[in-house]
Amino acid sequence: MAEIEAVDVTRSYRMDGVSVDALRGVSLTIEEGDYAAIIGPSGSGKSTLMHLLGCLDRPTTGTLLVGGRDVGTLDDSELAELRNQTIGFVFQSFQLLARTTALDNVALPLVYRGVRRAERRKRAAEALDAVNLGHRVGHKPTQMSGGEQQRVAIARALVGEPSVLLADEPTGNLDTVNGDEVMGILERLNKERGVAVVLVTHEADIAARARRIIRVRDGLIEAVAEAPEPS
Amino acid sequence: MRVTESFRVAFDALRANRLRSLLTMLGVVIGVAAVVVLVAIGGGAKQLVTSEVEGLGSNIVFVVPGKFQIGTTPAVSRLQLSDADYLNRVLGRPDAVAVDLTSAEDLRAGTNTYYASVQGTTSNVVDVFDRPLAEGRYVSKADIATARRVIVLGPDAAAALFPNTDPIGRQVSMSGVEFRVIGLFQAKGGAFGVSPDTEVHIPVTAAQRLFGMDNISGFAVKADTPGDVDAVGAKLVDALKQKYQGDEFTAVSQTEILGTIGKILSMLTLVLAAIAGISLLVGGVGVSNIMLVSVRERTKEIGLRKALGARQRDVLSQFLLEAVMLTSIGGVIGIGLGIGASVTLSAFTPLPAVLAWWSIVLAFGVSVAVGVFFGVMPARRAGRLDPVVALRTE
Ligand SMILES: Nc1ncnc2c1ncn2[C@@H]1O[C@H](COP(=O)(O)OP(=O)(O)OP(=O)(O)O)[C@@H](O)[C@H]1O
Ligand SMILES: [Mg+2]
Repeated sequence: MAEIEAVDVTRSYRMDGVSVDALRGVSLTIEEGDYAAIIGPSGSGKSTLMHLLGCLDRPTTGTLLVGGRDVGTLDDSELAELRNQTIGFVFQSFQLLARTTALDNVALPLVYRGVRRAERRKRAAEALDAVNLGHRVGHKPTQMSGGEQQRVAIARALVGEPSVLLADEPTGNLDTVNGDEVMGILERLNKERGVAVVLVTHEADIAARARRIIRVRDGLIEAVAEAPEPS
Repeated sequence: MRVTESFRVAFDALRANRLRSLLTMLGVVIGVAAVVVLVAIGGGAKQLVTSEVEGLGSNIVFVVPGKFQIGTTPAVSRLQLSDADYLNRVLGRPDAVAVDLTSAEDLRAGTNTYYASVQGTTSNVVDVFDRPLAEGRYVSKADIATARRVIVLGPDAAAALFPNTDPIGRQVSMSGVEFRVIGLFQAKGGAFGVSPDTEVHIPVTAAQRLFGMDNISGFAVKADTPGDVDAVGAKLVDALKQKYQGDEFTAVSQTEILGTIGKILSMLTLVLAAIAGISLLVGGVGVSNIMLVSVRERTKEIGLRKALGARQRDVLSQFLLEAVMLTSIGGVIGIGLGIGASVTLSAFTPLPAVLAWWSIVLAFGVSVAVGVFFGVMPARRAGRLDPVVALRTE
């Protein structure tokens, strides 16, 4: 079964009576353990697509199946539960709680799953270990570099053991060295744990590392390029 | 989300903005403290007045001209001293009816002065009102018959006029007229400036001359038992109505005075508590305001929590709990301050503040309710935020 399946999905926004069509009919399948990069010019609808894939939003028309469930038929709480269970988000601007330690930031998704505090902390510590930040559990985001903050964010996306990681420009705020490290971690998770990774990027060399490159323009998928099997 | 976690998150949020949380609480703190203190003062005043009136004795019935109501000026009396004998005959009990004619006067003894309630009385007053003497004697029948200028002092008056000497046999002057001290009352106690210890008594005939009046204020009779009070009162009123056709008279008993005063003071307490309650409401508006600011400031955080799986009700309860915590901590501090202020008041002022447990429970309940009521709107707003929009805000 595909992790995510979008069939002819559209999303339009209504603003002062004017309708903006951010997505105009997108069909896309994310397989188990997939590794896909979404590229395209600014305003083409990449983030909108990511929000839909991540159940933060519902399509205006079309069918979207996430984890086998039809997103259009779920109410807000069911949607919240679905994304808590199946999706891990990584944002361009990290989105960490500033006054909260790395450990508690990472544990946050488990709070909404009703996991006990001790268990949460244990699993958060393991997730931080997996991104090589086991020694920074007690540090707050303001005490960390951008690359470290994004690794904390990846640990947070990872802690609930989701089947899909969605990363919207995860290296957009990082220099090359830190960007490479973040990409390395994402790829390792993809390879070792079989987590499907979907990322949006503006950088061609980062997109080139994915198994599939999905090119978006004006709310439509313009092309899908399968990367040659790495030799 | 687990309840303990909700408490932790709410508490952390309040602690992160310590000063703001404290200032927001202040409205509730002041409101709650005011409710507790004002209710305590009201209760204390009621207790004080009650014990005062009870001191009169439960068998006594007063008969006064006009329709008697507390808070209205008494009607001009046409009652005469001779009516006392008439009423004695009606009751069939010689010397049962005590007479009163009261005015306030400046008393002077040497260089000492004292402003006192001067009561013109008959010789049976000591028996009717149970006012034992500490020294000397009370006004006698002969004093009344001859309007002799003699005076019996309450302990407060005696202490003020004769701080270092025995007053018996000495002279006190009122409006230039000299009175000779013949007796001293035993102390009865009281507070609020209405203690019987401040009274001085003179023969009613001397009082009429001194005040330039020929009438008297009213009568007092001691019934045999508390059960007889109403019957005796009715009998006296009927007799006076017969004599003074067309005039109204009223019999008042201690129970009635207590009832009326109690009602007035309870009402006063309620009004005070309600005024204090208004400041609680104002405090609530402040909480609402700050919570709205807080929701706006933390829009991004709300978006993130939702992206990570927080449901509408998780976010709503987080902010609601924060508001309720704010007001209930304020409530507890306010109760502490209120108790402290009440205890201080009753220790250092003559006002005995009596803490009412119901006002404490009520004040706490109201502060929690204020948190819920004023917190729910900002919390719903937070819960309803669209995660995509929330995450995009800067
Ligand atoms: N909430 C909204 N209301 C109205 N229009 C919106 C909203 N969100 C996005 N849009 C519009 O939808 C289109 C796609 O936006 P989207 O954010 O998906 O672009 P993007 O490909 O992620 O761009 P970028 O590379 O700059 O991040 C844009 O034209 C944008 O203005
Ligand atoms: Mg974007």
